[in-house]
Amino acid sequence: MKEFTGRRYGVRLHVNHETHTLHVRAADTLLHVLRDQLGLTGTKAGCENGDCGSCTVLVNGTPLNACLTLAVEAHEQPVTTVEGLRGSEIQKSFVEHWAFQCGFCTPGFICNAQGLIDYVRAEHRHADDELIKEWLQSNLCRCTSYHEIHAAVKSVLDDGEEC
Amino acid sequence: MIPFDFDYYRPDSVGQAVELYARLRAEGRNPIYFSGGTEIITFGRLGQLVTDAVLDIKSIPELGALGRSGDHLVFGAGLTLNAVAESGLFPLLGDVARHTADHTTRNKITLGGNLCASIPYRETVLPFLLTDSYAVVAGRQGNAWVSMHELRLAPGELLVQIWTEQSAARWPSVTIKKTKQDEVDYPLVRLALVHDGRGVRAAFSGVCEAPFRSWDMEDALNTPGVPLETRIAEALRRLPGQVIDDQLGSADYRYYLLHHSLREGMSALEGGGR
Repeated sequence: MKEFTGRRYGVRLHVNHETHTLHVRAADTLLHVLRDQLGLTGTKAGCENGDCGSCTVLVNGTPLNACLTLAVEAHEQPVTTVEGLRGSEIQKSFVEHWAFQCGFCTPGFICNAQGLIDYVRAEHRHADDELIKEWLQSNLCRCTSYHEIHAAVKSVLDDGEEC
Repeated sequence: MIPFDFDYYRPDSVGQAVELYARLRAEGRNPIYFSGGTEIITFGRLGQLVTDAVLDIKSIPELGALGRSGDHLVFGAGLTLNAVAESGLFPLLGDVARHTADHTTRNKITLGGNLCASIPYRETVLPFLLTDSYAVVAGRQGNAWVSMHELRLAPGELLVQIWTEQSAARWPSVTIKKTKQDEVDYPLVRLALVHDGRGVRAAFSGVCEAPFRSWDMEDALNTPGVPLETRIAEALRRLPGQVIDDQLGSADYRYYLLHHSLREGMSALEGGGR
């Protein structure tokens, strides 16, 4: 049985292919550990209630709200933040499709979209508009760039199907 | 930020979890089982829930069970709602799970967490009520089989699995969810109907203070030789409690939506359903 007892616990997080040993409270969310201890401020603190998706990161390849995940839950798990997706297909597609305005929601959208791309390619699934919509429903954009975001994601998925 | 500290344990087995819970309680602690943890984290952040010991149970093998055993389907309580939906094993349960919260959050919310949630909706219980499913509940005396109609966990008891007859999971079914505005929201009305070959079974969430299945309402809906509108009107007279009246929707509005949903669902089911 794994136990984290006492005021501070040592956890090992594998973030964007770098391993970090950190001391956290069991009550610390992954969101605050990424931002405050690792300085990865691309992961945004929005509603902190699991509603807006702006804190979405990939944990073991699965999109999760970092505000609803304890850092201790991610112990020894690979974590990908938007900083780890620099130069990715989806980042370029967001730029090419003008899929952002203020940009606050963009990191969460990009991480979630990367999760969808990885899922579709691993499962050899066709990503129709309905599937894209179902995944992207998890993220809110107050600037309402939804059309452009959908187009950016679809573009990467369509390119993948042509390969 | 969660404003209080707690110890975090990750037991490897059901027995270890149950024993640890009992030991912590005996020491005067306030332990809590943690699966997806969405409710614990959000309520904890707001100070609406306090614990000093979290027992993370989601990596216990029995809670991750998913598949067939004899004539039954087995769903581990630690499965995420997305895992349940994507399994395709129980179409009605998949439909309900797929329209509970949003996709990313469903990667965290677990079946057991939804069934045992403190929020009043607990939508995934509806398919289990309609199919007379059974829960495996672990306690210090071992495992017990409990009808989903009677599932009430005592402190320290742990929901391990839910078992559903495979034939029941294939009954024709319809589910309808009405929300205030967005698709991703709590239900004003969630209706689930199945046809078991003899008649319609009906279960509801968002209507009264807890999700329910009503045999009384089913009798009304199945009255032979009576027009659908009359059967629905009689069924609505037999609602088992007061309709919720809150900021999400008035009682009158929910009643209207319930009436409309029953008409839509019954028409679809009597026309063939899924």
